Amino acid sequence: MTQAELRLCSLLLQEHFGEIVEKVGNSLLRTGPRPLRLLVGDTGLLPDQVKKALCVLIQHNLVRYEALPRGSVEYEARSERILRILRYPRYIYTAKTLYGDPGELLVEELLLHGHLPMSSAVARVADRLTETMEDGKTMDYTEVSSTFVRLADTHFIQRCPTVPEIPQSTKAPPAPTLAIAEKDMYIVPQLSLVGKGKRRHSCNEEEEGEHKAKRQKQEGGRAETAPDDGIYWQVNLERFHQHFRDQALVSAVASRMDQTSSEVVRTMLRMSEVTTASGASHTQPLSSNEIFRSLPAGYNIGKQVLDQYLALLADDPLEFVGKSGDSGGGTYTVTLLGFSQPLPTSLPLPAPLLHRFGSRCARIFRLLLRKKHLEQKQVEDFAMIPAKEAKDMLYRMLSENLVSLQEIPKTPDHAPSRTFYLYTVNIMAAARMLLHRCYKSVANLMERRQHEMQENKRLLDKSQRVEAILASMQATGAEAAQLHEVEEMITGPERQQLETLKRNVNKIDASENQVDETIFVLESFIESTMKRP
Amino acid sequence: LSMAGRGRGRGRGQMTFNVEAVGIGKGDALPPPTLQPSPLFPALERRAAPLPGGEEGEYMLALKQELRRAMRGLPYFVKPGAPRRDIERYSDKYQLSSPVDSAIDWNPDWRRLPRELKIRVRRLRKGRTASLVPKKSVALDKEETIKKLESLEKKEEEVTSEEEEEKEEEEEGKEEEEEEYDEEEHEEETDYVLSYFDNGESFGPDSDDNGDEAVY
Repeated sequence: MTQAELRLCSLLLQEHFGEIVEKVGNSLLRTGPRPLRLLVGDTGLLPDQVKKALCVLIQHNLVRYEALPRGSVEYEARSERILRILRYPRYIYTAKTLYGDPGELLVEELLLHGHLPMSSAVARVADRLTETMEDGKTMDYTEVSSTFVRLADTHFIQRCPTVPEIPQSTKAPPAPTLAIAEKDMYIVPQLSLVGKGKRRHSCNEEEEGEHKAKRQKQEGGRAETAPDDGIYWQVNLERFHQHFRDQALVSAVASRMDQTSSEVVRTMLRMSEVTTASGASHTQPLSSNEIFRSLPAGYNIGKQVLDQYLALLADDPLEFVGKSGDSGGGTYTVTLLGFSQPLPTSLPLPAPLLHRFGSRCARIFRLLLRKKHLEQKQVEDFAMIPAKEAKDMLYRMLSENLVSLQEIPKTPDHAPSRTFYLYTVNIMAAARMLLHRCYKSVANLMERRQHEMQENKRLLDKSQRVEAILASMQATGAEAAQLHEVEEMITGPERQQLETLKRNVNKIDASENQVDETIFVLESFIESTMKRP
Repeated sequence: LSMAGRGRGRGRGQMTFNVEAVGIGKGDALPPPTLQPSPLFPALERRAAPLPGGEEGEYMLALKQELRRAMRGLPYFVKPGAPRRDIERYSDKYQLSSPVDSAIDWNPDWRRLPRELKIRVRRLRKGRTASLVPKKSVALDKEETIKKLESLEKKEEEVTSEEEEEKEEEEEGKEEEEEEYDEEEHEEETDYVLSYFDNGESFGPDSDDNGDEAVY
């Protein structure tokens, strides 16, 4: 792990789980998998504190454990999963766009708690939705349940690995080995959850439950055991990532061709959502007849027009779509990995360059991407940039390791005067370097944001107190004059300061979101390029 | 070794390769050597592009801040226990409960976690020395006397089970706590060795483990 990743993980843990969890996570990240007692020694925390922290981290899938043969248990931090905390808003927002408010809240609850049983998740979300509804109205469980089922069907949420059944006679192992079969991951237990959301202040409504669970763990028969006890659900981050990638593909097609072709590709991707294995390089072949039937209702293009679009897409050198056969009017696949050339718009490598070095540098960079190797003189000619400028830009990019020099000796003794020196872009190195820089950026942003909050702590505390006083006064029906007096406790300049603080913090937060988008594309790019057959 | 600056005037900046090939012509001025680390905040040559606004951006921003706020309030946000007071003060008895290190405010599914992580939250304990359980902190109950009376009864039970556990520990070489306790007490550490503190309540036969205490 790089220092930048470590620092970012540290900040994320501290901000969302507090310093104790951060210390434990840090120790695991820096020193690797260890057992409990070494962790206690290393962090200097109390054993109970460490245990609590580990429970939290395991609950949220940030740490995994393994029972070693000699009876001790080893804990390991999952750094890449910790970094995903940055992306939580994006997951939640996506769920909202796809499945509305119930979807949004279900995903949010699952992310906030790490994993939950379905009954618990549905109940919480129904309560939350009820809070926002008009007085007297409540959210019925069935609507939330059906959204839950849809999320499971489209694989956006999945079941957690379960505790294996152990025969009563054998001694329980020090740590359970959780496992789940792929085919079971999306099966929703048959619960008929009946009920309505409850408001916090109103009296409870009776919940009638005739809960029949498809799988039921044999417990001691406690009255409070939920029917789906032992079956926990978590968010399937990979599926969201697949969705983001599909979105990027569609927008790349849209910018290269037109809206309709992007809709065709979007339809094809939607049809392949659950049939595409993660890491596959192509979707399963779809016949043009099937595609025609699945086009969204608003699009009435004729069958022939569709065929023409498909042919166009297949012919495009960027190979968004490949033709795989002729049955059913022609079968087509969407290319997911292994593009022969980098996608022009979705590849973010030129974009940061654009902003830091200028558009001409970006031009040179793109040129080198296309032509692979160029001499100094060729760069100047192809890019149509004067020699002096071109030199300057090339050296700057060279010093940042975005381009590199490739030596091609003409003679065996590698004499400098008889060697070609070609500029080239090592795309993986450049991508990794940029990714590293992104991690560093987010960490810097977070630290700055925390610093700003810390600097203004006194003022923030004061403002909160005033708000609380105002709220309680309003509740007890104070007059306008009294309210005004309390408001005056915060002076004009202080208000200014608060406004500025809020603006800055918002800007920093928005930037963090923005950088995470770039992180996603870079990580996906690196991952897919490494997997390329 | 001929360092960078040494050849000045005599064939400036000699490199192992032909510099003309990369475009440094003869007589071109090279930038001066860098003698200090790069500045902490390098000057921005051009302004950064504006952040994309729009509904999506605004909503995600609100989500992010809301998430942060919400997570601080959840039990997963582990706050450190009350700071160790150097002197036990009279007012401590009447203060509101502070977060307890060994309490866990949510109920994880213990079946899914390694056994060693199960946190025993001890009920009022008095007179336990640190030597019994090396990793557990010695705690002094700070509840009212009523609870202290209750605890004495429990103590008898607990101590015996503690001894059994100790034997188990030695056998397996690993701590295993199997009892469940309530999660409501407040514990505090003091520098006073608790075995010296005798409030006169524990009159009568002492439990076995207090053998090394001085009995006044």
